Amino acid sequence: MSPIFYILAALTIGGGLAAVLLKHLVHCALAVTVAFAGLALLFLQLDAQFAGFAQILVYIGAVAILIVFAILLTRGSELPKGGVFSPTWLVGLVIAAGVFAVLGWAVIQSVRTVPQQITVPTVTVKDIGNALVGRYVLPLEIVALLLTAATIGAVIVAMHQKEGPR
Amino acid sequence: MILEVTPQSAASQITGVLWLIPAAPIVASGVIALLKQPHRKFAATLAIGSLSLSLLLSLIAFGHVFAGWARGAGVREIVDFTWIQFGGARVALGWLLDPLAAVMLVMVCLVGLLIFIYSVGYMAHDENFTRFFCFMSLFAGAMLGVVISNSMLLLFMCWEIVGLTSYLLIGFWYQKPSAAAAAKKAFVTTRVGDIFFLLGIVWLFSQTGTLLLYHRGLGSIEPLALAVLLTQHAGLGLSAAGAIGLLIFAGAVGKSGQLPLHVWLPDAMEGPTPVSALIHAATMVAAGVYLVARVYPLMSIGAAPGGSTAALTVITWVGAATAVFAALIAIAQNDIKRILAYSTISQLGYMMAGLGLGGVAVGMFHLITHAFFKALLFLGAGSVIHGCHDEQDIRRMGGLRVDMPLTFFTYGIGMLALCGFPIFFSGFWSKEGILEAARGWDVSKGPFILLIFGALLTAFYMTRQISYVFYGYWRGHDVAHESPGVMTLPLAILAFFAMALGIIGTPAWPWFHAFLDNHPAKFDLHVFGEFNLLVLMTASSLIVILGIIFGWRVYGNKSPKPETFDAIEASAPWLWTPLHNRFYVDELYGVTVIAFYKWWARVADWIDRHVWGAIVADVAWLFSLWARLNRFLDVGWVDGGFDKTCEEISEGGGLLARTEDGRVQTYLRILAVAVVVLVAILLWSARP
Amino acid sequence: MTGFASPLAGYLLVAALLFAIGLAGALTRRNAILVLIGIELMLNAANLNLIAFWRFGPHPEALTGMMFAIFSIAVAAAEAAVGLGLVISIYRHTSTTELDKINRLKG
Repeated sequence: MSPIFYILAALTIGGGLAAVLLKHLVHCALAVTVAFAGLALLFLQLDAQFAGFAQILVYIGAVAILIVFAILLTRGSELPKGGVFSPTWLVGLVIAAGVFAVLGWAVIQSVRTVPQQITVPTVTVKDIGNALVGRYVLPLEIVALLLTAATIGAVIVAMHQKEGPR
Repeated sequence: MILEVTPQSAASQITGVLWLIPAAPIVASGVIALLKQPHRKFAATLAIGSLSLSLLLSLIAFGHVFAGWARGAGVREIVDFTWIQFGGARVALGWLLDPLAAVMLVMVCLVGLLIFIYSVGYMAHDENFTRFFCFMSLFAGAMLGVVISNSMLLLFMCWEIVGLTSYLLIGFWYQKPSAAAAAKKAFVTTRVGDIFFLLGIVWLFSQTGTLLLYHRGLGSIEPLALAVLLTQHAGLGLSAAGAIGLLIFAGAVGKSGQLPLHVWLPDAMEGPTPVSALIHAATMVAAGVYLVARVYPLMSIGAAPGGSTAALTVITWVGAATAVFAALIAIAQNDIKRILAYSTISQLGYMMAGLGLGGVAVGMFHLITHAFFKALLFLGAGSVIHGCHDEQDIRRMGGLRVDMPLTFFTYGIGMLALCGFPIFFSGFWSKEGILEAARGWDVSKGPFILLIFGALLTAFYMTRQISYVFYGYWRGHDVAHESPGVMTLPLAILAFFAMALGIIGTPAWPWFHAFLDNHPAKFDLHVFGEFNLLVLMTASSLIVILGIIFGWRVYGNKSPKPETFDAIEASAPWLWTPLHNRFYVDELYGVTVIAFYKWWARVADWIDRHVWGAIVADVAWLFSLWARLNRFLDVGWVDGGFDKTCEEISEGGGLLARTEDGRVQTYLRILAVAVVVLVAILLWSARP
Repeated sequence: MTGFASPLAGYLLVAALLFAIGLAGALTRRNAILVLIGIELMLNAANLNLIAFWRFGPHPEALTGMMFAIFSIAVAAAEAAVGLGLVISIYRHTSTTELDKINRLKG
């Protein structure tokens, strides 16, 4: 395991922790952005350049902005009374820990037996593009549809409704 | 004397319609019962008319029987019919016509008719006029039914109806407590006799297999059956015949007021005077005598020649004792009707003694003559009471022979007939027959002595009564007046018969006896030449005259005031008191029978309330307990259980609802947990 | 411990840890937006998983993992948009973003 990996992992994990633990929502949003960035770097490290850049473009460029906008529009800057954590936070923590335990255990148990490739894949963007319109043309179209619907839906849902007959 | 058995001829026309004789008055009674009170004339007409019809038919029947007797052929005609049939057994009822029945029919109808006519006047002021005639008609019909009945069952039924009407008529003025009590007393006392009567009937039926008296040789008192009964022994030295005879006599004791069941008769004077005349002098009380005469063959069978049976001996002694007992009490009474009531009891005793001593004809003759002169005396007393403005105490009367001459005259005739004044009065001849039979009784001379003594007493107390009522001076209130014609006419008619009837029973021409016993009657004046008979006649005449003189000496014209003592009371109070208090018989019954009955009633009441009532209450309490238990179970367990279950379900539902709290994070958590569990299971199962 | 030295396990563990952190955040924070942030983290962890397996799998030229991840990113974006739009809409109606208070579906 290269040291780069550890640094990037720490960055990502740290960002994630910060996102979950911080009090101010805006700080959380920024922290999650850091986590996204860390992940993107991890992708790059894994030789998935397209995925990494797509991550940066989409997540940091769109999702994080969205989150910030949402915080903005919902007055998220104000601190709620009674704490940011729910009264039963321990239960949630335990559940999350349980999930991690299970996943970890699964990983440890199975990775021993899975043979692993070390060779670097030679995948170009052109290959990805060919695949998109070739083999994966259907999912592509569907995702396009999905995105359209989602966009329109989000707009409609979040639109300021006139007071009409209820 | 046993009636000769004559072949029973086929029923003639009159016998066929004989049932009309009792039916007519009963139907009239039914119609009158439906009438309202204002229809008095109609009611009276109906009653008198129906009884006239009965009288007419009775005369025709009598004529028929007489014709048969004159021919020398005895008449006994029977008509039977089946009342109920169960399988093979049948209950037969029927009527018969023979000399005994014929004379009784004529007597009852005639006397009854005269009394009905009298009642029209006597009850004119009473508001219950129609009810009176309804009951009187019913009585007349039932009495006639007793007379013609051939079946013991039918006789008993009519007997009971007679008792019922007696109750209704004694208690006619039921608003008076004394009248209601007297009616009850009469009914209950006669009931005691009737129980024994019924026992006798049942016994007779069980032994002879039939209730019919005469039935072509198979009847219960015909020789065939009697022979059987004679051979059966019934304990106490009696044969079955004798025992049954005595049981039946017990019924007669109640109805005819013999000792010891005589107590109801004096109290029965609470009823209106015509009732006393008809029922308690002439007819109903005679029914007992008639009954004994009817079943005479039963009583007399098995007698040794010249001797007597046990049953007849008992009857004789009871009769003789009653005759003297009642006569003694009559001396010390102050109510005009009560004196006559005790006189009736005494004369009934004579009749019973006559039956026992001399047979059917002797007793029946006295019954017939007594009916007329006693009815006459009662109606006369009624006339006196009416004239004295409803006064009944003889100490408040007096001098009435001047104010009420007709009544006095007829009353005097009746009194002389009752005493047995010689020659011209029927009572003399009828009593003569009894005394003659008593003298000739071989068993004992005791009854003879008693009866002679009784004759003396009779003359004495009747003289006393006459002197109190008709002689002396007036001690009452207001002025006495003579009664109207409608009342004095029957008196005259009855007076005539009181005198004339003697002719048919004199020893010189014993037509009555011959008629009943079915042998020719010869007119023979030489009979009077017989020494013994002459002695007896003279002796009895002397006794009567002695009694009258004695009575006149003591009472005469003296007319003591009510406040002063009676002559005997003053001179011999030790004698007066028990006589005046009627030998304390009523009081004796009061402390024994009635007291026992009251005690028993109290016991029964106590048992009813505390034992049966307690049981009922306990059962009810148990039920209420059960109900409470049920309620407890129902509320506690069923309801409670149900409610609890619902509560638990509700709570459970509440608990479950907490999983649906509408919060997203809860749902997420559950999702996560589920995922963990599922993955864990998956991994666990995929272990190498 | 020989398998633990392989890079794949490391990546997978990181992904698992990130996933758990995202889950913890989604389960314990009160604000709706933070729940969405947690969800995004979870999705990203899944993406990491996919890319890691693509990289260290037998046939990298099959592009399956890469394509999956790309599509996942796209869908995640769409989902984030809609979700945040919903949050905004709810905020408009109930003037709050606290999840505890949004329990109209209770019962």
